[in-house]
Amino acid sequence: MNIAVCIKQVPATESKIRPSADGKDIDRTGLSFVVNPYDEFGLEEALKIKEQVGKGTVTVISIGEDKTIEALRTCLAVGADQAIHIKDPALSGSDTHAIALVLTAALQKENYDIIFFGKQAIDNDSGAVGIHVAELMNLPHVAVINKLEVSPDDKKAVAHRQIEGGTEVINIDLPAIFTCQKELNVPRYASLPGIMKAKQKPMTIYSLNDLNIATDAVGAEKAMITLDQLSPPEKRTAGTALEGNAGEAVTALVRLLHEEAKIF
Amino acid sequence: MSDKFDVAIVGAGPSGSAAALTLAKAGLSVVVFERGEFPGSKNMFGGVLYTPILEKLVPNFWEEAPLERHIVKRRFGLFSEFSEAAFEFRCEDFNQKPPFNQSFSALRAQFDPWLAKKAEDAGALIIPETVVDDLLWKDGKVIGVKARREGGEIEADVVILADGVNSFLAKKSGLRKDFTWNVLAVAAKEIIALPRGTIEDRFGLEGDEGLAMECFGDVVAGTVGAGFIYTNKETLSVGVACSINAFIDKKIVPNDLLERFKNHPSIRRLIRGGETLEYAGHMIPEGGHKQVPEVISDGLLLVGDAAHFVNASFYHEGTNLAMASGLFAAETIIEAKKKDDFSQRGLKGYLKKLEESFVLKDLKKYRQVEDWAHKNGRFFKEYPDLMLDVLKDYFTVSETPKSVIQQNIVKKLRSQLKPLRTLVELNRFRKSFFSS
Amino acid sequence: MGQILVFSEQRDGKLKRVAFEALGAARQLASQTNATVAAIIVGKNIASEAETLSKKGADKVFVIDDPGFAHYSSEAYGTIIADIAKKEDTSLILMGATAMGKDLGPKVAAKLGGPFAGDCIKLECDAEGKITATRPMYGGKIISIVRSHTNKYQVATLRPNVFSVNEADENKKTVFENIDTLPDLSEMKAVVKEILSSANTKIDLTEADIIVSGGRGLKAPEHFALIEALAETLGAAVGASRAAVDAGWKPHSYQVGLTGKTVSPSLYIACGISGAIQHQAGMSSSKYIVAINKDPNAPIFKIANYGIVGDLFEIVPLLTEAIKTIKNEE
Ligand SMILES: Cc1cc2nc3c(=O)[nH]c(=O)nc-3n(C[C@H](O)[C@H](O)[C@H](O)COP(=O)(O)OP(=O)(O)OC[C@H]3O[C@@H](n4cnc5c(N)ncnc54)[C@H](O)[C@@H]3O)c2cc1C
Ligand SMILES: Cc1cc2nc3c(=O)[nH]c(=O)nc-3n(C[C@H](O)[C@H](O)[C@H](O)COP(=O)(O)OP(=O)(O)OC[C@H]3O[C@@H](n4cnc5c(N)ncnc54)[C@H](O)[C@@H]3O)c2cc1C
Ligand SMILES: Nc1ncnc2c1ncn2[C@@H]1O[C@H](COP(=O)(O)O)[C@@H](O)[C@H]1O
Repeated sequence: MNIAVCIKQVPATESKIRPSADGKDIDRTGLSFVVNPYDEFGLEEALKIKEQVGKGTVTVISIGEDKTIEALRTCLAVGADQAIHIKDPALSGSDTHAIALVLTAALQKENYDIIFFGKQAIDNDSGAVGIHVAELMNLPHVAVINKLEVSPDDKKAVAHRQIEGGTEVINIDLPAIFTCQKELNVPRYASLPGIMKAKQKPMTIYSLNDLNIATDAVGAEKAMITLDQLSPPEKRTAGTALEGNAGEAVTALVRLLHEEAKIF
Repeated sequence: MSDKFDVAIVGAGPSGSAAALTLAKAGLSVVVFERGEFPGSKNMFGGVLYTPILEKLVPNFWEEAPLERHIVKRRFGLFSEFSEAAFEFRCEDFNQKPPFNQSFSALRAQFDPWLAKKAEDAGALIIPETVVDDLLWKDGKVIGVKARREGGEIEADVVILADGVNSFLAKKSGLRKDFTWNVLAVAAKEIIALPRGTIEDRFGLEGDEGLAMECFGDVVAGTVGAGFIYTNKETLSVGVACSINAFIDKKIVPNDLLERFKNHPSIRRLIRGGETLEYAGHMIPEGGHKQVPEVISDGLLLVGDAAHFVNASFYHEGTNLAMASGLFAAETIIEAKKKDDFSQRGLKGYLKKLEESFVLKDLKKYRQVEDWAHKNGRFFKEYPDLMLDVLKDYFTVSETPKSVIQQNIVKKLRSQLKPLRTLVELNRFRKSFFSS
Repeated sequence: MGQILVFSEQRDGKLKRVAFEALGAARQLASQTNATVAAIIVGKNIASEAETLSKKGADKVFVIDDPGFAHYSSEAYGTIIADIAKKEDTSLILMGATAMGKDLGPKVAAKLGGPFAGDCIKLECDAEGKITATRPMYGGKIISIVRSHTNKYQVATLRPNVFSVNEADENKKTVFENIDTLPDLSEMKAVVKEILSSANTKIDLTEADIIVSGGRGLKAPEHFALIEALAETLGAAVGASRAAVDAGWKPHSYQVGLTGKTVSPSLYIACGISGAIQHQAGMSSSKYIVAINKDPNAPIFKIANYGIVGDLFEIVPLLTEAIKTIKNEE
């Protein structure tokens, strides 16, 4: 079973994020970067399946600047067999569409039975790339899975995905794409020998040219949608103090939650 | 890859990375374990990096190191509740060309990873997010480390403990005895963002010039300790550091002391409008010379804060000593490697290097300061209060004739100072700071 | 501007509120640009809902009332919407950012090759119909404005509970639209086999839509039962302040704040928590904050939308009961 995992390097979850001075990007000084946490579930699931089947390779793929190699190394240390780093100056400012296009080109170089994505990258919180790639590759997909059972022999799988108030159970033919959600598994830590071996594992670097994609097919110029302005969320101020005795205050609160906040 | 390294280092702070860089440059195989998410991720210091050793490690470091400002101004302030008297020194000689006066404000979250990267580029293997829990022993000799990861036992000819002030591995190794609390200081610090121009205007700086200011007296509740502000490019490092005893005596926690410092009328206006980006607390080994433990055993060396190499005195200087001890440890191992002798004897050159350098010389020179400070709390509370009170009387404008004001001042000094005690105390002060 | 399509999500034959919100947003944009608004509804036994869509603002309604399409299928639903969009000049496709919409939105955008903006909290468009969307990023730590450079096949999903719903126009006649061909279900490679209704799965803090947190004010670990009861009534996750965690009342995984988790639920209820700046660092991007604290000067009240000054041991059980009552009525 050959499995690909698309990963993105993102600022660590606990980072303090602030807009840059011009408001066009975030201020990256002092940020530490990690593998997008949802992608880690994909990698863990890939490794588990490989162990279960007993053969095959796990390939991690990422589009990003030089620094991205750290994220790929982390995945190799955790257990991926090989990594593909796609970098090209022309890619800067690309939208989802271009990222999906490029990933598709890289994924089509091999035959993968399963391709994992994160349910969303925690930087842009978009949650689109995996689904987009599925469409471009004409593969079936299930998004936001929290459970997966693969039967390698008949190339089928059953995936669970969380919906409001329940779980959809989906039968799907392989090859297929899945985007991963938290409860799917508990990602393992890299072992020390794993970390030491990571440097020797194959790391392929592709430019757009290697993928037969014209440099003007991607990038900021070609983006159909672009970031215009980033700002911090509005500062909070004190709201309503609910007066009266406990009963009255609670009644008022429930009413506000119901009517104004529309929580229930 | 063989599973054995020449050297395993615990901790990628300035001391560990300095050692790793030196060893890797000499072609030795080195692995460095760092428990933080990346080197420097959890590390903090006041904020001034002293760089003579760094220049040896990385010539022309100023061209690439993530430094903030070069220090051209130093300021010492004495505070009472509402007053401040300060001594400020600025020198144009410190402002000529890099490396200026070998002192730069810096942020550890940027400096430490940079230095670690230098070691990595030279060939060291840096493994972050990995805690070393124990040493591996064989026949009474250290032969490696046990890291908290699957397959975490790694052998090495020599282990360097560069794991900082709390080094429990140094304790486990038997080199360091449990020290008493009163040799530790506790610090709390915030990084406060302000626009560059505001910082320069408020502190009288231009371009990348920087200021280091230490504050004593009421701002830190009159404890044996100090508040500090160091200017970075677009942030201020604002903190307090006091001995643990002081906190216990005054029944105050570091966080509250920091708030008190920040709210002093003289300090408040310096940080006004700033946004706190980070908060951190840390300990400083301030025991000085007499706390320095044995630093060598078979297959094991201690460097940096793990060996209590901090010159508390005026300077809070630790990074320089850390890098120096890392460098000396590495040089010693490189020599030992030639003879293939990593026993305590084979490594004893390390101590010699320390003794012949500023590391142990400075610690020796200031060895009494800590004692002095703890025995002479009045220098941190009563004397500053009195002095500022007198200055206030002196500067208060009224119809009282100057001669009367002066007489009153003399009276006040007489009634509040016990001349003999003061003389003795001043003499002790002189001796502990200025004798060799 | 070309037409605006609204995918109107339903569950068990009943339209979701977010479908009306999307319709409201569509109507608003259409009124500025003279666009028509068409709604699409897919499912089983839904014809009557089509009329509601019309009354609430759809100029016409595409109805796919077919048991075969009762369950969601990304491929099938995506194909239906894309086919409808292609039949006419379509500028914008809207739907709710629900589990379904979050899957369907990108799918439709990919099929049509249009731009996608997910989880929007504000939507505007210029005269040509190019949209400008406001959407949170970085887990709510940043609000971004994104701008589309085309007025063709733009797809946006809308965060539930943000956009307002139109008044119904009871007299409006429904214009039904037909669909020529439906996707061949036998070709679908991913099929929903069943839907399991949710057992009491433990909700993760960082993803929870509602969080009830307890602090030192609870006084003892066993009193977290009060918090848990309220959380269960609300389908919420339970959080804690550092003081509560340090006291050993809850494991660290419950801690919200600077050195704990950063959360941004729709509703955060802080009980017996003073609201220290380090705690705020982890929860101040919550949409609504409720504070229950007996100290009127507690800093938490400075950031709370609704505050009750009082004894949590009295207030929290009352609140739990009151919400239970409401939920039972619904
Ligand atoms: C508030 C404050 C102000 C200071 N101000 C100054 C100043 O202005 N100028 C100055 O020069 N010095 C200053 N110092 C002192 C200076 O910070 C230290 O002396 C210096 O950092 C020591 O370096 P080190 O490499 O020995 O230890 P550290 O910098 O403490 O590094 C130790 C490293 O080891 C890692 N580690 C620890 N245990 C383990 C383990 N078991 N496994 C793996 N990794 C481990 C830690 O994560 C850390 O990265 C200050 C210190 C403080 C606290
Ligand atoms: C570096 C650092 C990091 C930190 N990180 C975090 C963090 O990640 N998360 C965090 O939470 N804190 C953190 N803190 C701690 C933080 O500063 C506070 O100490 C902590 O949040 C206080 O928790 P609390 O609100 O539960 O307790 P308290 O501050 O003691 O507040 C308890 C509140 O309960 C109220 N109360 C008492 N009895 C009742 C009653 N019967 N009914 C109603 N109200 C009642 C009181 O009025 C009071 O306001 C951090 C601190 C530092 C220095
Ligand atoms: N630059 C990238 N390189 C590789 N994979 C990516 C990249 N960007 C996004 N992805 C994948 O697509 C998922 C969803 O991302 P997004 O649509 O940006 O939220 C991520 O979790 C990754 O698996």
